[in-house]
Amino acid sequence: MRLVTGIVKPFKLDDVKIALESFGVHGMTVSEVQGFGRQRGHTEVYRGAEYTVAFVPKVKVEVLVDDADALDIVEVIAKAAQTGSIGDGKVWSMPVDEVVRVRTGERGVEAL
Amino acid sequence: MDTVVDGASTGWVLICAALVLLMTPGLALFYGGMSRGKGVLNMLMMSFTALGLVSVMWVLYGYAIAFGESRGGLFGFSSGLLGLNDLVRGVTVDEAEGGVVNTFGLPDLAFSGFQMMFAILTVALISGAIADRMKFGAWVAFVILWGTAVYFPVAHWVFAFGVVEDGGEGAGASAGAFAADSGGWIVNRLGALDFAGGTAVHINAGAAALALILVLGKRRGFGREPMRPHNLPLVMLGAGLLWFGWFGFNAGSALAPSGLASLAFVNTQVATAAALLAWIGTERLRDGHATTLGAASGAVAGLVAITPACAAVTPPFAIIIGLVAGGACCIAVTLKHRLGYDDSLDVVGVHLVGGLVGTLMIGMVGDEEFAAGSSGLLLGGGLDLLGRQAIAAFAVMAYSFVITLVIAYLIKLTIGLRVTEEEEVAGIDQSVHAETAYEMMGGLAGNTNTGASSARPPAGAGRTSPTQTETVPS
Repeated sequence: MRLVTGIVKPFKLDDVKIALESFGVHGMTVSEVQGFGRQRGHTEVYRGAEYTVAFVPKVKVEVLVDDADALDIVEVIAKAAQTGSIGDGKVWSMPVDEVVRVRTGERGVEAL
Repeated sequence: MDTVVDGASTGWVLICAALVLLMTPGLALFYGGMSRGKGVLNMLMMSFTALGLVSVMWVLYGYAIAFGESRGGLFGFSSGLLGLNDLVRGVTVDEAEGGVVNTFGLPDLAFSGFQMMFAILTVALISGAIADRMKFGAWVAFVILWGTAVYFPVAHWVFAFGVVEDGGEGAGASAGAFAADSGGWIVNRLGALDFAGGTAVHINAGAAALALILVLGKRRGFGREPMRPHNLPLVMLGAGLLWFGWFGFNAGSALAPSGLASLAFVNTQVATAAALLAWIGTERLRDGHATTLGAASGAVAGLVAITPACAAVTPPFAIIIGLVAGGACCIAVTLKHRLGYDDSLDVVGVHLVGGLVGTLMIGMVGDEEFAAGSSGLLLGGGLDLLGRQAIAAFAVMAYSFVITLVIAYLIKLTIGLRVTEEEEVAGIDQSVHAETAYEMMGGLAGNTNTGASSARPPAGAGRTSPTQTETVPS
């Protein structure tokens, strides 16, 4: 099993969700996050004083998947989130040791 | 003396008093939105405590100092006005006797209620300079001392019209007798024009703010950390309430629903509009963006500047006063970064500078028909009126600055002015008031120092430390 994590632009969240659903993913976790990469922050001006806002708002999408689907899902998210401009985000996957479905106690791939 | 109560004037002044009252909560929102999220409640609270304290002080002795029998034009005092005692007798009689009704047919009690709201607002204005760092008890002490030693006497200088003994041309000659024989020195002896409080309210509060922050010091991180306004919609709402209430402030100062009140009303609107445009125009040229904060700030700068001048100029000159004020204040608010003083929400840059612009511009463009028979410099009146305006502005500024310095040092050396570093960094709302304005559940959203989740007892707890666990009644 693997955890696929995508950091994407907030306005691309809908596209990513639709693409994942049409791929066959049943669930995902979404959170609002802030950070910066090459895009850096942006500048705001209040009464003539410039403030650099270092962290840019992004959305983090997390999906637990079977090993076999992981690379495909990374591709699905990356494709859906792409605009071609700076600040599109990143997608990665990493191994997961154990998963438990809380309601039934099922473990491993059964719990996905 | 005409002793019949004039219903129109009385109704007008009472309604205008309520409008002026609304300015203080409006100011609280205007300032609150500009504060950081961890200090907004303290900012609101400083205005609301001014509402509480100054109202009581005014009734007990403030009116007696501001509008009692003049002592050399410097301050007033009449023991009968303590507790407004003399004003209350006779209110149930239609044709009142004695001190209840002045020559406008306006009950002095209505006038005292109207002027009470000015006193509250002036003290509250100062709070914008001291965001995030002043002890609450120190603010309470400051309000009491400053109101007593600075506002009440200065209100006497500027607002206490007296009957001029030799029947001369002084501004107070036709204005009735709020003070016994002679009134405050600025309005009567000097004859400077300040219709609704450019000197007594705005220059006064601005100079006091500057003195107070010089003793109080900067916020920790000033100039290094971003200290941006946390809620601009709140700022816009507050500016809107101020603008609305300001019609009571300016047009109400005519003390009758008259032609003069109408002039003040129209000038207030058009100067404010012009200042709004001038501010956003200036920042568009300088910074590249027209901002909402600029629009709100420009409107307030225009309101400040037209306050003394609203019944002394014609509407086209009110527009010019607004344009000058909007541009000048927009430039003035950046000075604090260069000079290194932390006037947090620009009380100096907007109220002191705007008040000076309005007070001095009367000397430039005052119209002799309204401006007590004097014309401004640009209208052929020479330097006479301008000189009187400058003396009034400088006198109020100097007195307010010096006495405020004394008061600030007095508080600093006794109970202390500032919260501790730990309390300041944690957020003054949480450490001083045991409250937070917002429940921050969105992870990193906002300022992590504001988080409700870190509900630990404040440093120096013991007075009202919140319990860490809530007991829910079942």
